Parts: sequence; C-alpha cells; structure tokens
Amino acid sequence: MLKLTTPISEQTVRDLRAGDRLSLSGRIVTARDSAHKLMVEKRPDFIRPYLKDSVIYHCGPVVAKNPDGTWRFVSAGPTTSSREEPYEADVIKEYQVRGVIGKGGMGDKTMEGLVKCGAVYLHAIGGAGALTAKCVKKVEDVLMLEELGSPEAFWIIEVENFPLVVTMDSTGNSLHKDVEKASSVKFKELIQQSK
Amino acid sequence: MQGIDLKTALTELIRRSSTSFGKEWEAAIRSASENEEQGTGARVALETILENIVLARESSAPLCQDTGFLNFFVDYPSGGKESVYTEAITKAVIEATEKQYLRPNAVDILTGKNSGNNTGVNAPIISFHQWDNDYIRIRFLQKGGGCENCSSQYKIPDTALGAGRDLNGVRKVVIDTAFKAQGQGCAPGVLGVAIGGDRASGMKLAKEQLFRKPGERSNDTALAELEQKLLKDINGLGIGPMGFGGKTTALEVFASTLHRHPATYYVSVAYACWAYRNGIMTIKGDEVTYA
Repeated sequence: MLKLTTPISEQTVRDLRAGDRLSLSGRIVTARDSAHKLMVEKRPDFIRPYLKDSVIYHCGPVVAKNPDGTWRFVSAGPTTSSREEPYEADVIKEYQVRGVIGKGGMGDKTMEGLVKCGAVYLHAIGGAGALTAKCVKKVEDVLMLEELGSPEAFWIIEVENFPLVVTMDSTGNSLHKDVEKASSVKFKELIQQSK
Repeated sequence: MQGIDLKTALTELIRRSSTSFGKEWEAAIRSASENEEQGTGARVALETILENIVLARESSAPLCQDTGFLNFFVDYPSGGKESVYTEAITKAVIEATEKQYLRPNAVDILTGKNSGNNTGVNAPIISFHQWDNDYIRIRFLQKGGGCENCSSQYKIPDTALGAGRDLNGVRKVVIDTAFKAQGQGCAPGVLGVAIGGDRASGMKLAKEQLFRKPGERSNDTALAELEQKLLKDINGLGIGPMGFGGKTTALEVFASTLHRHPATYYVSVAYACWAYRNGIMTIKGDEVTYA
C-alpha cells in the first residue's frame, strides 16, 4: 500500500492509477453540498490555504466537543460524491486541490478536471463511520459552522493512515465507468427476459 | 406504562439502533464477504464494513455518520394520546443528538438552517396507528440520505424498460433501481418493494418492509418467488459492494402489495444502504423489551 502525506505534488498525483490502494496522512478538509455551492458561487479566500495541494473529503461527520473546547470526530465515513458533480471540477481548478475523497464515484465533468489539473478521486468505505473516525487524529479548526451547520461545515482535520482506493485517475481511467459499462450489458440481458 | 420513563427508553432504542448493528444482518454481510474473492476490492470493502460494525457496537459510536431520516412507527392501544409519544420521541431525539448517537440532520428548506437537534417540520417522522392489542410497539428506522436518493417510484407500463403490468414488469423496474444506484447508495443494498397503492401509501409500505430480517420471505408464493428471482438478478449485475464490482450488490429484496386503482400501477422501491439501522421497542405493562 502506498503512503501519501499532504501536501501532495502534482507529479505524485499524476503517477497514481485507478486501482492503487493508498494510506493517506496529513491535513485535509471536509466539504459537502453547501460548501461546494459556496466555493463555486462565492470563491471564498478563507479556504484557499487549506485546499492548495491538499484533499477534500466529502463527509458530514458526527462531532463531539471535548471539555477543553476542542473537537473530536465520533463517526465520519464518506457521503455520496455525485451530488458535487456540478461543482467539483471548478473547485479543483480554483483551489488547486489534488484529491477528492468520497463514495460512489463522479462523472465526466469531474474527470475532465482531474485530467486537466492533476488530481485523483479516492474511494473510502461508505457506512464505515466509526472506523474512519479513528483515522482522524486531530480537529484543527472548523469554518462556517454557524452558517452551514455541523454536517456541512468545513472541518480542517489531520488524518493518519486513512485507507483509500484510487478509483478515478488523472489519465482518464475510472473504475466506476468500467463497472457501470459491464453491469449495463447484464442489465440489458435481464430486462429482455420474459419472466 | 406508568412506571416507565418513555423518553429514557426511547433514547436507549435510538442508541441501540444507531450503534449496534443487527446480528442477523452482520451474519448476512459475513457470508457475503466469504463469497467474494480474496484480495478483491469487494472483499476488502466487506471486511472493512464488518470491522466497523464491531467497533461501533463496542464503542457506542454511530455505525455510520449519516444517522439518517428518523422514522418512528408507533402502534398503541386505542384510546391513548398521541401527544404522549410525540413529546417523548422529540425529547429522546434531542437527547440522542446531544449524546452524539445522532447527527443533526434536520434542515429548514427556506432558510437552509440546520435546527441542530433533529427536530423541525415533520422531523422526526412519526406515524401513528391505534391497534386492539394491549401493548405498545415502537418501530424505529434510520434511513440514510444517500440511499434515500436511490429510492424510486415507477408507474407501469414503462415503455423504455418494456415493463408491463405484471410481476415480470415489476421485476424489470426494481432491477432498474439497483442498476441506477450503482455504488452510490452504499451497496450491498436492501430493497423494500411495494406494488400498488397510491404514491404515498406505496412508498410507506416499501419502507416498512425494511423491518424484515434476512431470509424472511413473503407469505405469498408468487411474491416470495419474485423476491428470490430479484435478488439473484440484481446480484448478477456485478456492481458489487461500494460499486467496486463483485457478487454482492444486494443483501435482500422484500416485496409487498396493496390494492391499486384501475388506472394506476405503481412500484415503489425503498433502497436502503447496507447500514440502514432499525430497532423495535415493545412496552407491556411496565416492561420494556428491545428487538
């Protein structure tokens, strides 16, 4: 398994291929629906330093506040990425993001962004919330908590050995497209059966 | 139930559901995992899922961070007051959110504001039913948003799918739901199906099928056959756990029917992720039991 730590260079990312398993450490940022809409419509600068050469995590965590005022992730698996399809390519380009973690894969527009800017899509295991939270070693900060609410805020976190699979790479390979194509052949056969 | 603190009992129902995954479903996932080839993405995904189930249970942490739409189905003896249950459920949901058994998941449509405690207009979702039994049953279902987005409703005939008004037509549209979901609804999924009814009653019954246990076939022979055929067909799609490709795309298909209007023929499909959570609490006298 490859070990990667943020910040990640464009060259490192361009060497990754769909199917590679990797273990990610370092600072990453959670962002989901409202955050993506905001990033594309308002292009805020406050998030810029956190995203450059780093990784976005599609996640709306369950978070607890410690007695000393710091935060702790309790459950934090990936959310479905396809909802960010209208926005992701623009976000990657605007903020020079090198990776996007989520589940379910993304479409053609995002793929164009990955190829053009040098970034990858990384798949985590959906529903594995408790296990993934254990990879979150520290919550550094939270931005827009009041405005967006806890699941949708930008959580700046430090992860250690977060296990991921590259499912879309910067050469245009997508495991999601491969599975969809193969299942579509089976689907057509099944639909034609008369009982 | 004078001797019972209903709110506390309900908070425990939520804790159990959110953090302690059903043993029967865990066993179903274990056998699915053993059925996938060693070292494949599908196998690794299912092994990770199993590891997560154990960890969540041991640490009382939510199995999945999306603690879902909170659906309560309350059956209570005739003559009881709904407000007793509504108040206790609301308080329990607020407490469970404070204790991090639940993520705040209720967002105001017009302001976009998250209420922060899972309460709001129709949140939590409570359905009441008075019955002639002398005990109370509260069924609790947590259905994630990602898989709810994969649920669907068809009116057949459906020209594009070549689906007519018979069980083979039903089979086609249900497969379509699983195909369209790919890995996005956290496959392997569980599909609750209701055939007939109007659009609202159909989807509600489809959801209630999700209280069934693995292998619990319909009492109707034709529906039981349809369930088995659908499970085989959907797993034949090869979408696999998380959409990584593999043999397990669905864990179960549960079908049910309602009489329909002559002009309509709806098929409602409630697609649940592998991690949909539920629990049933029964109150007999002063005794509370969980299942």
